[in-house]
Amino acid sequence: MINVKNLSKYYGDYPAVINISFELKKGDIVGLLGPNGAGKTTTMRVLTGFTPPTEGDVTIGGYDIIKDSLEIRKLIGYLPESVPLYLDMEVTDYLEFMGKIRGMSNSQIKKRLPEVIDTIGLGEYRNVLVGKLSKGYRQRTGIAQAILHEPKILILDEPTIGIDPVQVIETRGLIKELGGNHTLILSSHILPEVSMICKRVLVIHEGKIVADDKPSVLSEKLKTSEQIELTIRSKNITEILKELRNFNFIIDARENIVNQITNKNDETINLIVEVKPENNAQEIIAKSVIEKGWGLVRLNSVPMTLEEIFMQVTTDEKPKE
Amino acid sequence: MKNIFLIANKEIKTYIASPMAYIVAASFLAVTGFFFVASVSDAFAEASIRGFLAGAVFFLIFLSPAITMRLLSEEQKLGTLELLLTSPLKETEIVVGKFIAAFSIILLMFLLTIFYTIILLIYGVPDIGPIFTGYLGLILYGAATLSVGLFASALGPNQLVSLVVGSGILTTLTFIDFIANRLSPNVAKILNHLQLGGSFSVFDQQSFGISEGGHFADFARGIISLGDITYYFSITLIFLMLTILILESRRWR
Repeated sequence: MINVKNLSKYYGDYPAVINISFELKKGDIVGLLGPNGAGKTTTMRVLTGFTPPTEGDVTIGGYDIIKDSLEIRKLIGYLPESVPLYLDMEVTDYLEFMGKIRGMSNSQIKKRLPEVIDTIGLGEYRNVLVGKLSKGYRQRTGIAQAILHEPKILILDEPTIGIDPVQVIETRGLIKELGGNHTLILSSHILPEVSMICKRVLVIHEGKIVADDKPSVLSEKLKTSEQIELTIRSKNITEILKELRNFNFIIDARENIVNQITNKNDETINLIVEVKPENNAQEIIAKSVIEKGWGLVRLNSVPMTLEEIFMQVTTDEKPKE
Repeated sequence: MKNIFLIANKEIKTYIASPMAYIVAASFLAVTGFFFVASVSDAFAEASIRGFLAGAVFFLIFLSPAITMRLLSEEQKLGTLELLLTSPLKETEIVVGKFIAAFSIILLMFLLTIFYTIILLIYGVPDIGPIFTGYLGLILYGAATLSVGLFASALGPNQLVSLVVGSGILTTLTFIDFIANRLSPNVAKILNHLQLGGSFSVFDQQSFGISEGGHFADFARGIISLGDITYYFSITLIFLMLTILILESRRWR
């Protein structure tokens, strides 16, 4: 569906995107992940035909992005990061206009518009001026215009930025539902969002793709350490920490402060132990705790979050190949 | 063609819904009415709309860019230009659609001034020929000034800058004879051909400005010349094409 080969984009001398390649199939749900200024928006602008690539080939649905830009634009629904809307139009007027310039006929709009307004949850606001909507509902209106013409490809640039937490959750749910019908590209610097919605993550940093995989595989692949949560019935925390730190595969052991507060009444100690991945660390730790005669209440290995992976791939050290 | 209509329709609706169009129309009527009254209230005054035309030609230098300043600047400021340009629309369709919207507004405004002619018909015996050609000239002149204004609006997101740049270009084209006559005769000849409206003795109550120089004078006198029509058409086309080029240049960067 989307084929990007050796794409580079320079603004003057400044390289926004350097030699990236990737391929998306129909129905893929992909997250572009990276800090601000990494090149996510530029990549999306190239895909939507807003800015031409400096170098490289981009084909979408078999069309070339430069030669057949008009054909490609028919396939795409796009929500730019700034959520551009005409503030002096009513929601339905705005959506009708956007539908028409995407080539929908009046009868198509008449049929499709109520569906979209319903899906997006804009019903109460259909006759409100866009300028009077809250940020969250503007976001919804923006998403509505992107899906109205039932595009094959949906490109959403930071769709949950700047809206309140409840709306973020609703919007994520909405996007997840949309995923089934479209090839979806989503950019974000919020990592759990990407791992929640997307089946594949492209991590972009300083204009380059530094990682490309499923969120789960990504965390497996890049794992340089593993965390174990440990709950022990004992009062002597210093002794336990000292004992654990004796193992050479343990990188760090510390008190889990969050759990400690919530379980204050228990006579237990909660610890987080960071270990190197190769060893069968859990077994060794469990054995030693029991041998010492401490009560082992719980031992639980925690998969690494995308935040931590992200920190690793985007710090100056190269990720392990 | 359908897309041009879509854009034009949307812009006309926005004009009608906003106070701007009414303020522009009201001030146009006030200013041209002022000139009209001044031109017909003397004892032996001629029953013509030349006073109105002089006022209109003068005031449109500022009013046309005020009408068009929103059209592309606001799209850039709101970021909606990104949505337009990523829709299956051609730049030409966007620009022409917006131009047609502004042109419709100005035509509506001109239509309101018909009552000057009605007043002349009631109280005197005006010569209909120059009134007809005067309006024809005004429509062509209006199109040219709107085109310049739209070009200015494409330059950036700030509406005020668009207004100043648009009026600046139009003022320069209007007063170009001031500088032309101080240069060598050959250069002067070329530059004088570029002169937009009347040579500016608008401030002279006797002639009301449009009797000499520029491409408007003949229209006001009741003469339709191919040269004048070609001139206004060319200015309109050139600035529309420049506007389209500016939008397209985003794709080259």
